[in-house]
Amino acid sequence: MQLVCPAGNLPALQAAIDAGADAVYAGLRNETNARAFPGLNFSDAELAQGIAYAHARGRQVYLALNTYPDSARLPQWQAAVDKAAALGCDAIIAAELAVLDYATRTHPALARHLSVQGSATTAPALRYMHERFGISRAVLPRVLSVQQVERLCETSPVPLEVFAFGSLCIMVEGRCQLSSYVTGASPNRHGVCSPAKFVRWDEHDDGRRSVRLNEVLIDRFEPAEPAGYPTVCKGRFEVSGETFHALEEPTSLNTLELLPRLAQAGVAALKIEGRQRGVAYVTSVTRTWRNAIDRYRNSPGNWSPQPAWQTALTRHAEGHQTTLGPYHRHWH
Amino acid sequence: MQSTMKLSLGPLQYFWPRERTHAFYRAAADWPVDIVYLGETVCSKRRELATGDWIALAAELAASGKQVVLSSLALIEAESELGVLKRLVAEGQGWIEANDLSAVQLCRERGVPFVAGPTLNVYNHAALRLLMDDGLVRWVPGVEQGHVLIRELRDAVLAAGLAMPELEVIAYGRLPLAYSARCFTARALDVPKDQCGFRCIDYPDGLPLATREGRPFLRINGIQIQGDEITDLGPELPQLRELGVDVLRLYPQAEGMADIVAHYHHARRSPQPPPRIAARNGYWHGEPGMQAAN
Repeated sequence: MQLVCPAGNLPALQAAIDAGADAVYAGLRNETNARAFPGLNFSDAELAQGIAYAHARGRQVYLALNTYPDSARLPQWQAAVDKAAALGCDAIIAAELAVLDYATRTHPALARHLSVQGSATTAPALRYMHERFGISRAVLPRVLSVQQVERLCETSPVPLEVFAFGSLCIMVEGRCQLSSYVTGASPNRHGVCSPAKFVRWDEHDDGRRSVRLNEVLIDRFEPAEPAGYPTVCKGRFEVSGETFHALEEPTSLNTLELLPRLAQAGVAALKIEGRQRGVAYVTSVTRTWRNAIDRYRNSPGNWSPQPAWQTALTRHAEGHQTTLGPYHRHWH
Repeated sequence: MQSTMKLSLGPLQYFWPRERTHAFYRAAADWPVDIVYLGETVCSKRRELATGDWIALAAELAASGKQVVLSSLALIEAESELGVLKRLVAEGQGWIEANDLSAVQLCRERGVPFVAGPTLNVYNHAALRLLMDDGLVRWVPGVEQGHVLIRELRDAVLAAGLAMPELEVIAYGRLPLAYSARCFTARALDVPKDQCGFRCIDYPDGLPLATREGRPFLRINGIQIQGDEITDLGPELPQLRELGVDVLRLYPQAEGMADIVAHYHHARRSPQPPPRIAARNGYWHGEPGMQAAN
């Protein structure tokens, strides 16, 4: 099983490679990828440097081109595909049909991975992407149970990559308009969920804080209460007279204990979320998963999740909490 | 003179008792709608009407002169759900509304024409063209695509010397915003999804979710989240006409649907746009979808 790690910038890319990533994924400094945050991502020169660094060590770099261009902006995405090919990226990770089609026709030798944003959850959907665009791998949305992942591994026409760790989108990726409903800025079109420029924190006289997204109250916090980055899906709201995390708590996905099952199912790659996170996160999370995968490979019959691994991962989790998320039926 | 726009009833997004659902569609047979979308698009556990019941209802409505389209689930996870989809494609007599790529592929494999539903993510002319090769005959843009984006797409299709497929726009109803593996109704009621007791049947227009200031915000509808506001593009009808919109989609709601259909039926034949009867749809104007956020 390959370990695919996030790189929001060149230091993070190098850190991920040094810590044992088999491949890293990165994005350009524009809206062609789903982490189009200010101060993040790669210039052409940095990407070239990153690719050289990875290739010198026998590792790979994938370029995330996983947002949805409208007609007027399609040439920008096509140019990004050209760039991926010219710079020698090992694959692009794309979701949108026209982007995949362009890559298929223009750069047939450039591997195409279907992004999680492509929302392919079934064998027919994967068959479509494979027959139409020759994808050589697909990243599954974070909606399937581990049993469903196992089954899909048997019926999929292409190897599968699944999310192993990181912030958890609870909605089907590529089909969530909660942020755009409130702000007009769209994850699909602009590559950003809950943009910082719409976030406003207010500190009140009694020490409580409230946080708004484009004036819509997402949550309020007691003075000592930890508060994470506000997204609509992780806010507290009123339903039937009760106030609670109506959609999801601030928590991270952690599938460490499922590693043997995912390996036995034939999952080709484990993906770590977090291009928006720093070098410390990338180093620690990559090293932990590297150890866990290597330990399993060397001694599959004698593997169990080490407490030290779980401690390291929980330290980097949202709200210092982790969940098996949709892999586990009870989460649903 | 442009032809009059058609009216469609979008798929029923909520879970109603069997009798209420039948009564609704019996009444709809006499409403001036041209197209009726039928079937479960949100949760496969909702079985007041089984797949065979939907197919039978489709035949009845078709016999009363409606064009009937069978709609597929937006999110397919289980093998059994795929089985239902295969049956709709194989046994349905007409078109399929494809709400995910599984439906596109099954239609493509069997040569069944399909409508690209609003969750299919068609954002540009090149994607639309690819899907037209696969059998797309009508396109419902996603909720966040307003008139500027649709116009650019249309112009790009025409510039390539191609004809647009039929264009259908969500004119009235709560906007479907997100889908999850999790059931938020079950979560709100603190029951496991696997033993949900089908409690969403108690919320025929969804379960309201408000901010901690009590401001209405979203609607919980099983695994689907909708905007709380009912949106209305009636006053924008001149713009829709000019854009070449062929079909106005009205989403079913529990009460007053006959009046809403009548309102739009009058509006589509009138040169004057009708007064606004629900919230302005910010998305249509390139703004946040939520009127209150504008």
